[in-house]
Amino acid sequence: MSHSPAPASLLPVPMVCTLVLLASAPLWLDAVGLYQYLAVEIVIWMIFALAHNLLLGQGGMPSFGHGAYFGVGAYAFGLCQQQLGAELLGGLAGALLAAAAAGAVVACFISHRRGIYYALLTIAFGQVMWFVAIKWHAVTGGEDGLLKIARPPLRVAGLEWSLASNEAFYAFVLGVFALVLVFLWRLVHSPWGRVLRAIKQNEMRAAFVGHNVWLYKWSAFVLSAALSGVAGGLFAMAQNSAYPNVMSLHNSGFVVMMVLIGGGLVSFWGPVIGAVVFILTRDLLGAYTDAWLLWYGLVFMAVVLFQPNGIAGMWQVWQAWRRRRAATAAAPKAAAREREA
Amino acid sequence: MALFEARHLHKRFGGHVVLEDISLSVEAGELRGIMGPNGAGKTTCFNVLTGRYKPDGGTVMFDGRDITGLSPREVARCGISRSFQIMNLFDEYSAIDNVVIALPAVRALGWSVLRDLARQSSAYDEAATILQRVGLAGKEGAASRSLSYGERRALEIGVSLAARPKLLFLDEPTAGLGTEGTARLADLVTTLKQQVTIVIIEHDMRFLFALADRVSVIHWGQVIAEDTPANLRANPWVQRSSLGSQTA
Repeated sequence: MSHSPAPASLLPVPMVCTLVLLASAPLWLDAVGLYQYLAVEIVIWMIFALAHNLLLGQGGMPSFGHGAYFGVGAYAFGLCQQQLGAELLGGLAGALLAAAAAGAVVACFISHRRGIYYALLTIAFGQVMWFVAIKWHAVTGGEDGLLKIARPPLRVAGLEWSLASNEAFYAFVLGVFALVLVFLWRLVHSPWGRVLRAIKQNEMRAAFVGHNVWLYKWSAFVLSAALSGVAGGLFAMAQNSAYPNVMSLHNSGFVVMMVLIGGGLVSFWGPVIGAVVFILTRDLLGAYTDAWLLWYGLVFMAVVLFQPNGIAGMWQVWQAWRRRRAATAAAPKAAAREREA
Repeated sequence: MALFEARHLHKRFGGHVVLEDISLSVEAGELRGIMGPNGAGKTTCFNVLTGRYKPDGGTVMFDGRDITGLSPREVARCGISRSFQIMNLFDEYSAIDNVVIALPAVRALGWSVLRDLARQSSAYDEAATILQRVGLAGKEGAASRSLSYGERRALEIGVSLAARPKLLFLDEPTAGLGTEGTARLADLVTTLKQQVTIVIIEHDMRFLFALADRVSVIHWGQVIAEDTPANLRANPWVQRSSLGSQTA
């Protein structure tokens, strides 16, 4: 008899739904009163939030300064393009590597910590990078940032696609998102991902059964920073610029709010839901009032107070309730059948 | 030669000396009991021996190798495993996943990031065997937090066994168990004794004296007596202690 749990599906239903919904978005966006650029930003934030949740939800490491790696990716993309003449994939590789390198250095200083100390250190390092971005005029352009970052065309096997339009760029961003999504889905079910989750649950026991806890935490941070950097690189293209605000504490806070509202603590899909809800709320509420963040903050507080597991948590509660109801409904019928038999 | 030997261990926290001078020598195949009053330094002794704390003096030898001051991970990889007095499980995981995560085979797989752990059926079969050994057959898929107290105690030992240790430390395994649970645990330890060298810290002297080959008594951070259970019964300290009267 096999004792293994069911293996993770290669194409889980939420993944198919997400990808189908996003891929068909250009067809119905206008009809529901949204616009293409908004979809670009949502998908970029989805990548960022998924990367962040690798730490927060899967690894239990509260990184509250993650905007820094998003920002490093954005700047690195711009610098690679403007200083080194890198094209699309070269620029994104630069963004990935620069953010991974920044993450690798920071992770060396924090991976032996946990909880509130971990959180405070990530904020401190995030602020250091934000400050560098503002002050290092010669490289970062100071408060203005790097301007006129182009969207280079995608070149594969001699063919070339321009990404200048939001529609074409959206398709490209969606492709990157799909790769990241599939990679992370495999990752969290791999032995590495399962050990990381065990470390989240009980760091001490994980060490006592022989796992190199420090190295797991370090590598999770580097991976998360690297993927955040990719998101940042895409964001630099989307905005045609990189500026200090992308690595501010604000941005770091936004991604935490997305992950928590979506339910990243209890579900792999939480960050995906959270990014949609956050950006749509920002856009829709923002159309009515400049104080949208106030209202969003109140909703956020309500969620944390009453449903700390976010939207995915509500879904799970509802599913459990439905199963219970189905079970209680089935029980009398079964009893009746038995009586008849 | 002894499988495991601690020589003149000394440990203090600030100005507070917890272990004065501990020397212990455990032979392969032995079941060693450690007893002593609360605060005598038994658990600290375990924590030093298994790498959680570094000793301030003395050496720890295992299998001919100096393991003094190694980290818990390194100690675990040498073949020493421990259970905890306060339950220390992976609470979100099912019983079988708790054991699977602790298997050396899975540890070795740790850096493959695209393989699905659930497809490693040999690991799950091995873990199922371990669960069977600790009396948890049929509970493989149960969430570890939903298990009863006694079952969690057994799982605690199962997780320690997963590493296929040569030496197993059990820290107060009967803590919080009723008579029936303690009896079941005694059966389990009797079976395990055939397969692995075991060191047990225990308050329940009836349990310990029935199982141990030798018992060391720790008091004031020192080993004040060490003998077979039969001889120890004659020891004045053991006789004086209220626990000793239960076994008389």
